[in-house]
Amino acid sequence: MPREDPLLEISDLRTHFFTREGTVRAVDGVSLTVPRGKTVCVVGESGCGKSVTARSVLGLVDEPGRIVSGEIWWRRRGQEPVNLAQLGPRSEEMRRVRGGEISMVFQEPMASLSPMYTIGDQLVEAIRMHLPLTQEQARERATDLLRRAGIPRAEERLDAYSFQLSGGMCQRVMIAIALAADPALLIADEPTTALDVTTQARIIDLLRDLQAETGMSVLFITHDLGVVAEIADEVVVMYLGTVVERGGVDEIFHDPKHPYTNALLGSIPRMGAGAGRRLATIRGNVPHPSDRPAGCPFHPRCDAAIGGVCDVSDPPHIVFGEARSVRCVLHDDVHRSSAAEVRA
Amino acid sequence: MTTVLLDADTTSSVEAGAETGTKNGRRTAKQWRLVWWKFRQHKLAMVGLVLMFGIYLVALFAEFLAPFGTSTFNSEYTYAPPQRIHVDWGEGLYVHGYTSTIDEETFEPTFEVDESQRIEIGLFVKGEEYELFGLIPWDRHLIGPEDPGQPMYLLGADRNGHDLLSRLIHGTRISMTIGLVGVAMALVLGIILGGVSGYFGGRTDTVIQRIVEFFMSIPGIPLWMGLSAALPHEWGPMQRYFAITVILAVIGWTDMARVVRGRFLSLRNEEFVTSARLDGSGRPRVIYRHMLPSFTSHLIASVTLSIPAMILAETSLSFLGLGLQDPVVSWGVLLQDAQNVRVLSTAPWLMLPGVAVIVAVLALNFVGDGLRDAADPYKR
Amino acid sequence: MLTYIGRRCLYMVPTLFAISVVAFAIIQLPPGDFLTSWVTRMESEGEKVDPAMLEGLRERYALGDPFYVQYGKWISGILFHGDFGESFEFGRSVTSLVLDRLPWSIGLTVFALIFTWVVAFPIGLYSAVRQYSIGDYLATTIGFLGLAIPNFMLALAMMYIAYRVFGLSTSGISPLTIGIAIVVLGTAGTAGTIRILRANLLDELKKPYVVAARARGVSERALVVKYPVRMALNPFVSTIGWVLPGLVGGEVIVAQVLNLPTTGPLLFSALRTQDMYLAGSIILIISVLTVIGTLLSDILLAWLDPRVRLGYR
Ligand SMILES: Nc1ncnc2c1ncn2[C@@H]1O[C@H](COP(=O)(O)OP(=O)(O)O)[C@@H](O)[C@H]1O
Ligand SMILES: [Mg+2]
Repeated sequence: MPREDPLLEISDLRTHFFTREGTVRAVDGVSLTVPRGKTVCVVGESGCGKSVTARSVLGLVDEPGRIVSGEIWWRRRGQEPVNLAQLGPRSEEMRRVRGGEISMVFQEPMASLSPMYTIGDQLVEAIRMHLPLTQEQARERATDLLRRAGIPRAEERLDAYSFQLSGGMCQRVMIAIALAADPALLIADEPTTALDVTTQARIIDLLRDLQAETGMSVLFITHDLGVVAEIADEVVVMYLGTVVERGGVDEIFHDPKHPYTNALLGSIPRMGAGAGRRLATIRGNVPHPSDRPAGCPFHPRCDAAIGGVCDVSDPPHIVFGEARSVRCVLHDDVHRSSAAEVRA
Repeated sequence: MTTVLLDADTTSSVEAGAETGTKNGRRTAKQWRLVWWKFRQHKLAMVGLVLMFGIYLVALFAEFLAPFGTSTFNSEYTYAPPQRIHVDWGEGLYVHGYTSTIDEETFEPTFEVDESQRIEIGLFVKGEEYELFGLIPWDRHLIGPEDPGQPMYLLGADRNGHDLLSRLIHGTRISMTIGLVGVAMALVLGIILGGVSGYFGGRTDTVIQRIVEFFMSIPGIPLWMGLSAALPHEWGPMQRYFAITVILAVIGWTDMARVVRGRFLSLRNEEFVTSARLDGSGRPRVIYRHMLPSFTSHLIASVTLSIPAMILAETSLSFLGLGLQDPVVSWGVLLQDAQNVRVLSTAPWLMLPGVAVIVAVLALNFVGDGLRDAADPYKR
Repeated sequence: MLTYIGRRCLYMVPTLFAISVVAFAIIQLPPGDFLTSWVTRMESEGEKVDPAMLEGLRERYALGDPFYVQYGKWISGILFHGDFGESFEFGRSVTSLVLDRLPWSIGLTVFALIFTWVVAFPIGLYSAVRQYSIGDYLATTIGFLGLAIPNFMLALAMMYIAYRVFGLSTSGISPLTIGIAIVVLGTAGTAGTIRILRANLLDELKKPYVVAARARGVSERALVVKYPVRMALNPFVSTIGWVLPGLVGGEVIVAQVLNLPTTGPLLFSALRTQDMYLAGSIILIISVLTVIGTLLSDILLAWLDPRVRLGYR
């Protein structure tokens, strides 16, 4: 079956921060797609540009930052596709997309809710922003949403403040707010990082259930490979503002192509067989995006790096299939032979 | 579900922490350079710094810069208006003299600048004798009339025929130092109490915080007025000067104490202090090598910001006649003459000491602000 | 909320006590007792003082007794009979003298506070939302000037302009004088308030809940007004705490310059003539009122902030 046009298609997105100390190329050529009804996980170390990518989609990049180039195609069913990268961050259309068609859940649930207003106030605000409902109807829908997000005594909770709830509860509220207008895509930016382990598991379960129930797509950002294994259909591996590898979840876990993906997987502590063995770590530090190495950004930390190739030329983009690609010279037949010549 | 974390993340952060540790030695030395570098980018602060230096130079060389002493006056020239300096390329500088007419009703003289009279003035002229820095006897003045008996009122005269310019210059010393002395005292009080408060925490902290709140919640000026009015009348100028600085310090220490306490509290938890401690530095070393340097820049900033507040306070008190009093000359004392509109409309130049206050306070505020911004070179 | 108010009122007691001790100390500070100096002055002016009356006064103020007995008598007179003592200069009770003038002081202070807010709020908001715009720099500059110009200088300058340019006399009660007083007093606190509001707003504008609200489609204008401004309102209300003492102090000087019938000039003349009961009482009363004003602002703050209202902070 040929793949249908993806719901969201980011191609060659570049978002840079123009700070006084220089330009920070936080996102520098990211391409990824989110198919309808699927969950795509974006993984990578802190600072590799996951959040900036997600924020770029909704035009929420902070001040000195700007989308410099690239396209973000948003394809609603039965409507003309729009390039979100071209929409003004303050435009009417962007505001309709935000929360109405694409919702976002953030890392710090407590801080994402204003302590000055009740949960109900903020939930009703989100509902009435996008749906033509009266105050009473919106309140009813709010109760229903809270219940669906697994919040007990939903009716009472409407009048609670964020500081009266636990972090997990707050994240459920944020999820309820995100679902306010039945969005087609939910972007979850490390929604469980700030929570304790059991709460994390429950929130992940909730998101998976809700996705099954509504059929929405999810773009899930995390640096927790366990979560990826749990919920992903497809995986996007990022390193220093670029996508180094894309593939189905099984392909990534069982047949990683990029040395970085390999290293990431090697650094997972395994139960059973490998337990007790020292964890493999990736040597060196993640460089700051403002002093990105020439050539392949990963080459200084890569065990398989080829001198004279990886530190000189940008790695080629090798496409194996519709949703499978890698940016590494090791998988390029032409380059590999030329590299062999260099060595010889 | 087994949750497995991407371990590369924690690894790199630990490594980053270790790196900060090794950088610490350099960090202390570099701190001041960074502060200065950041400070220099702040244009207004640099302007303020230059002005501030200028004003303190005036305070230092007041006797030399002022044409006359503070108590020199000529009662023939009450409220004489300012003269303009003219340049005659052949003969040097001169100003015009005055002719006076007596008002028929009030019998008060009014002065006109008389273009026909020429009063020769010169640079580095001989004048009244004084002791520079209280040590070196000298009699030269930067500017003055060639014949010391002649009237020269570049900024006009006051009710008694004092030269306003001279008194303004002399007043600079008192006004600018009373702030310094007051702040120095406030600083000692503030560091002790704030340090104790921030270091011990707990109940001590609560008690000291209550005291600080008490001082901050009462309106200062009426209290100063009460205290300074209660000073014995027979006290001499020096005793009064000292008493006023003490009164200013008693009110001003609270800010300092809050800054010190706040820095102590926040520094205790700051990353580089923790990492220095993990490095194995002992406690005093942590405090002196790592906490104090980042601390002093904040302290200097808040000191710079307190001086203008004290200058303003002294000016207000003296203006009301409750602060320093005449033979001692400060800007506030000079402004006492400018109490009512009738006087001001005949002699608007009497407001000039107020301009001096504004310039000085602005300059110090700019410097303090720049310092405060620069004190956090790692922020923003 | 009630417990909060109760606790806050309780905290006030030591403060009030300390203020009363300071005020009484000021009464006592001048050397010698005030009765003696008053008698000497009266006699030097050729007036006779009735020895019986003198004895009565001596009894009443417990002169000769230790400090704390005198203090006890004084404070219980105030607390139980509203009796602040006599003004020797005016020959009237301090209570009646102060009551004549207090409404003016309070009125002036309240209007100056309102002026401060009305001016500072829009400017602070603008400066924060349009950070580094020309308007922002202008506001900052004016703010600096406001900080640097002593109250009385501004009052003098305005009086001078009114007199020279418009030929208006400014002394005593007139709409112009009162207007000048309010503007002068108001601008003093405006600069600081603008700074605080701007800094708080800039802080708030970066908070995750603002981004979250933006991410659910709230328009920029509604966003700023509904979230950060609402949040920044709290420190704004708490500015009363530090604006008020300065305002009350400034009022003393400005009223003196403008010759307004507030407590300021009365305090001033009392201090000059060493009419210490009057002076001490005025200091006591305006300090206590300031503390009460601060208390009210704290309560208002608590009521505005659900975290405090519900006892979470
Ligand atoms: N407001 C900003 N100003 C300057 N640089 C920024 C800003 N926000 C993010 N960055 C840079 O962008 C890079 C990517 O950040 P981010 O997307 O938040 O990483 P993560 O993958 O952990 O979510 C970071 O290295 C950071 O330095
Ligand atoms: Mg992130």
